[in-house]
Amino acid sequence: MLVKKMDSLKDKACIAGVGESAFTRGSGKTELQLMLEASARALEDAGLKPHDIDGIVGPPLGASAEHFAANLGIEDLRYSAYVQMGGASPVVALQGAAMAVAFGVADCVLVPCGWNGYSVMRVSTGGQGGSGSAPPGPLAGTIGAYYLPYGAVAPVQWYAWLATRHMKLYGTPFETMGTIAVTSRKHAQLNPQAYMRGRPLTMEDYLKSRWVSYPFRLYDCCLETDAAGAVIVTSSERARDLRRPPVYISGVAEGHPYPADDIPARPDPFVIGLTFAAPKAFRMADVTPTDLDFAEMYDCFTYVVMLQMEALGLCKRGEIKDFVTPERIGLGGELPINTHGGLHSEAHVWGINHIVEATRQLRHECGERQVKDAEVGLVTGWGDFGDGGLAILRR
Amino acid sequence: MAAGTQSEYKLPLPKMRGPAAEFYKFCQAHELCFQRCADCAAWRHIPRDMCAKCGSFNFEWARSSGRGTVFSWTVAAQPFVPQFAPLVPYAPAVIELEEGVRMVSWVTDIKPDELALGIPVEVAFDDVTPEVTLPKFRRRR
Repeated sequence: MLVKKMDSLKDKACIAGVGESAFTRGSGKTELQLMLEASARALEDAGLKPHDIDGIVGPPLGASAEHFAANLGIEDLRYSAYVQMGGASPVVALQGAAMAVAFGVADCVLVPCGWNGYSVMRVSTGGQGGSGSAPPGPLAGTIGAYYLPYGAVAPVQWYAWLATRHMKLYGTPFETMGTIAVTSRKHAQLNPQAYMRGRPLTMEDYLKSRWVSYPFRLYDCCLETDAAGAVIVTSSERARDLRRPPVYISGVAEGHPYPADDIPARPDPFVIGLTFAAPKAFRMADVTPTDLDFAEMYDCFTYVVMLQMEALGLCKRGEIKDFVTPERIGLGGELPINTHGGLHSEAHVWGINHIVEATRQLRHECGERQVKDAEVGLVTGWGDFGDGGLAILRR
Repeated sequence: MAAGTQSEYKLPLPKMRGPAAEFYKFCQAHELCFQRCADCAAWRHIPRDMCAKCGSFNFEWARSSGRGTVFSWTVAAQPFVPQFAPLVPYAPAVIELEEGVRMVSWVTDIKPDELALGIPVEVAFDDVTPEVTLPKFRRRR
């Protein structure tokens, strides 16, 4: 019965507008400023006025929904919520936003996200809010009491435990991870706003790059940038009358690994949030993975993309090394991934840039990197110790 | 692998609040103990208020054999907290104990590039300060 109720969300809500700040290293702005700039562009994109917004799913950090309301002049904020799932937060925010507009709780919901991930909260060097200080939420207790004394404090280390085991059990080679990195970079060369445009990457470069935390090298890791994005969700009825072609939220779901607050304790370490979420979203959208024209995969680290692909059911466990080929996941292939360059080569915007890119692909606005005749696309999110979310979008 | 003598231990100490204080108190006595449900006998780590298997609030601290195997690992090539810089490369590992629970630790007598899945290990306590003892592991022979 629960599934039947969920199915009623199918195509009830649309993405009506998307926007971003500039992607830089050294924004000189607050996170709120960056997110407001992205929000203003999303409003312009949708052809909406700031006071049309009456719901906000706020970012996991940097500002509150009330800060946005105060700046945008929203006198009657009818719906506010937060998703605390790290990098999965923006995709999962679409679920709450879709529910809010489908049931008339709000009419237009703003989903902003962004950070100064280079100039302020630089995770790789333990910057403020980075690995040097415990992250907020349920992870802090686990890390502080049981990981910190052994120096296991950074996401690249926690996910490396999963990657090491996968490589040893299934013979997954470094080249599979390298193919993810090289493909993202290749796609970024076709994206004018990608931070890594103009800096191509070869497999040889990848294999020669320095270790960060075995089995992850430098180019297994996403960028650190200052960047923000914003998405506006409204009802399908309203979206049809707005400036841009509506992009329908056909399926959306969240999932959490068990237990979510400790990686070592999991009975099966490769069962992640997306393992639970994916079947629900595909069922809601009434599509299968083979129907997808592209997939914007949360790519904090290369192996995390591979882990998610197995969890989505794109291939069987342990077979990702055969599934991931440059031909299949590159533009023009069977399932192009991260057509914008992703967190690896466009910018690290907590994956809200993946939603923005999917929306533009489905509107056929992507120029050189456009997936021909794209009709249905997937966006995934990954955060904290493996929380997951996904949205299946269609034009 | 203690990074210095007791008085000059420079690495971050565990934040010992609530049940973590109890866990480390046993370590100080050189006992590796985990919570075990007093009703259904399920072992668990990290500590919890309830048994996720049967819902019981009753538990006891039960002593582990201290024997386990290497479940996974990573090798840090840079310090993610500045204090660890002198130890690079170091290898935070996941150890699976015989009782089924897993924990993060170090294997002190195996070089990072010689680690492998399933290597048998046993607990070896390191009194890093007068107040804090960390459970670490060494190869089991």
